[in-house]
Amino acid sequence: MNPIHRIESRSVALPTANIDTDQIIPARFLTTTTREGLGRHAFHDWRWLPDGSPNPDFSLNRPEHAGAAILIAGHNFGCGSSREHAPWALLDAGIRCVISTAIADIFRNNALKNGLLAIVVPAEVHASLLEHAGERLAIDLERERIEREDGSAIPFTIDPFARDCLLAGVDELGWLLARRPQIEAWEERRAWNA
Amino acid sequence: MASLTLFEKIWRRHEVEAAREGRPAVLYVDLHLIHEVTSPQAFAMLDARGIPVARPARTLATIDHSTPTGAPDAAGERSWANPATRAQVEKLLANCQRHGITVHGWDSPHRGIVHVMAPELGHTQPGMTIVCGDSHTSTHGAFGALAFGIGSTEVAHVLATQCLLKRKPRTLAVHVEGCLAPGVTAKDLALHLIGLIGVDGGTGHVIEFRGSAIRALSMEGRMTLCNLSIEMGAPAGLIAPDATTIEWLRGRPAAPVGVDFENAARDWLSLASDPGCHYDREVHVDATTVRPSVTWGTDPGKVVPIDGCIPIEADANAAKALSYMGFTPGAAIAGQPVDVVFIGSCTNARLPDLRDAAAVLRGRKIHPRVRMLVVPGSEAVKRAAEAEGLDRVFRDAGAEWREPGCSMCIGMNGDIARPGELVVSTSNRNFEGRQGPGVRTVLASPATAAASALAGAIAAAASTLAEEAA
Repeated sequence: MNPIHRIESRSVALPTANIDTDQIIPARFLTTTTREGLGRHAFHDWRWLPDGSPNPDFSLNRPEHAGAAILIAGHNFGCGSSREHAPWALLDAGIRCVISTAIADIFRNNALKNGLLAIVVPAEVHASLLEHAGERLAIDLERERIEREDGSAIPFTIDPFARDCLLAGVDELGWLLARRPQIEAWEERRAWNA
Repeated sequence: MASLTLFEKIWRRHEVEAAREGRPAVLYVDLHLIHEVTSPQAFAMLDARGIPVARPARTLATIDHSTPTGAPDAAGERSWANPATRAQVEKLLANCQRHGITVHGWDSPHRGIVHVMAPELGHTQPGMTIVCGDSHTSTHGAFGALAFGIGSTEVAHVLATQCLLKRKPRTLAVHVEGCLAPGVTAKDLALHLIGLIGVDGGTGHVIEFRGSAIRALSMEGRMTLCNLSIEMGAPAGLIAPDATTIEWLRGRPAAPVGVDFENAARDWLSLASDPGCHYDREVHVDATTVRPSVTWGTDPGKVVPIDGCIPIEADANAAKALSYMGFTPGAAIAGQPVDVVFIGSCTNARLPDLRDAAAVLRGRKIHPRVRMLVVPGSEAVKRAAEAEGLDRVFRDAGAEWREPGCSMCIGMNGDIARPGELVVSTSNRNFEGRQGPGVRTVLASPATAAASALAGAIAAAASTLAEEAA
């Protein structure tokens, strides 16, 4: 995984509350056995009309939002299933950061493991980010702050371990594999005590 | 000694390393369940590093999500939705064989929806940690096991190390006291609680369901309730093991036997939360106020009693849901025309669920407009239902009696409705398009779903039975 220090992009808003993982990627696209190429299916049934053409009313389709990598999403983003296809699809569609007032647990876990930043901000900050959707933002992961176009900065916190992994560009599996001796010793102690 | 919650006791038993210096805890996983949809990428992650599965005996596989539920034809050919679903199943079978993992494939008499078959076989036991790449893993919390859904990367973590890196969640106690009224099921209670707590109310928490109404539930009812914890935002729900739990587990193939079982049972009973223990949050609910309930919107928190009205729209979110559902604010939910009825899923496809539905249908015919699918949760449920003649009740009523699987709950296998159709479904999610593009879903109990099939419109089971008595 490539290290992540800073994400700079215009923001795009999707203010609907409770956007579930079936909206992020419908289940009929989960028949794959790989992680690649899911970007076209991100928000599929909102983004594409039944005839396959882009839905002009969907914010991510508007020309002024082309290339936007920072999504300001409604409350409780990513609720529903555990499908990691949701962050895979978003990343493949060019989204690198989701900001909301609440992000569902399993989605947030999956997002951070794939380098998709999932940031929770207070309601008033969220409202302001929505109001100024389209502004240029910079996410500084090291300093844990969102830098706004007007020069102000919003602090945020992210799981410190996930942050270290993202900054270093290492995945958590490597760290866990290095714990194998401790895990095996624990297994032996437990068997002994049983 | 400090008073501990059920959750805290299980957590402490599985902490290989506590959280420290910004690092999450290393949590040991006793039982890892896998299926064909969320595991192939995880196996590929192991292959990319050239590492084996650490403890293959602690992983159990089944095929359920993308499997056809039509009976195979004379040549044994199954009605796959598309070649990709078949390839997914074949990939799982090959991965399991390669890594020495037990898999309940087509030839297994125990195959079924992962959250139905694992408890049935006795693999799910109190005090365990259980994970699966499926959010409804919360089901297993009914046994007093800490069980939650994970993504595919974490599936790889468990395959490679039998552990997860995990932050300790907070605790939420939901006390439900009093008796549920006759005809009010665990599904109605769960829908009521989702409406009350909200689809985000349990985020960051493990829920412990407590109180006399919970103790009175059967194991199947407890599984239905814990299954829906995730719809409250909580990845895990828990119920303390008691005599009901122990008697349900006694004699199951994977449960301990003889003196080992008695010793285990004593230990399981000791897991209950201690008097005076601390929860981060608590909610109190009067069970006598719960009525048969259904959803009216596009998330499971938009709930009304079946004799209630579709709310007058309150905010943009409700307006969007009403627009998708095509419902008129203020109209009665009962009487809305129904096209399809689905009885199935890890929420409501166990034997008592099928009995509830059959009791409503016995000797009657479903409405001619309605297509009704009944999909047992496992091969074992199917056999038991057929032994009681429930399949005949469903067939005689005009319903389809199908092969076990997730089916129309997620619609990956081709079991979907047509755009615009209204499905009354015993499953767990009424999200937009969940049961097919443009399909509208109303979540309900098996009895309500069956009554709605008869009426061709959303209907309460109680009115059906009252009609019969009149």
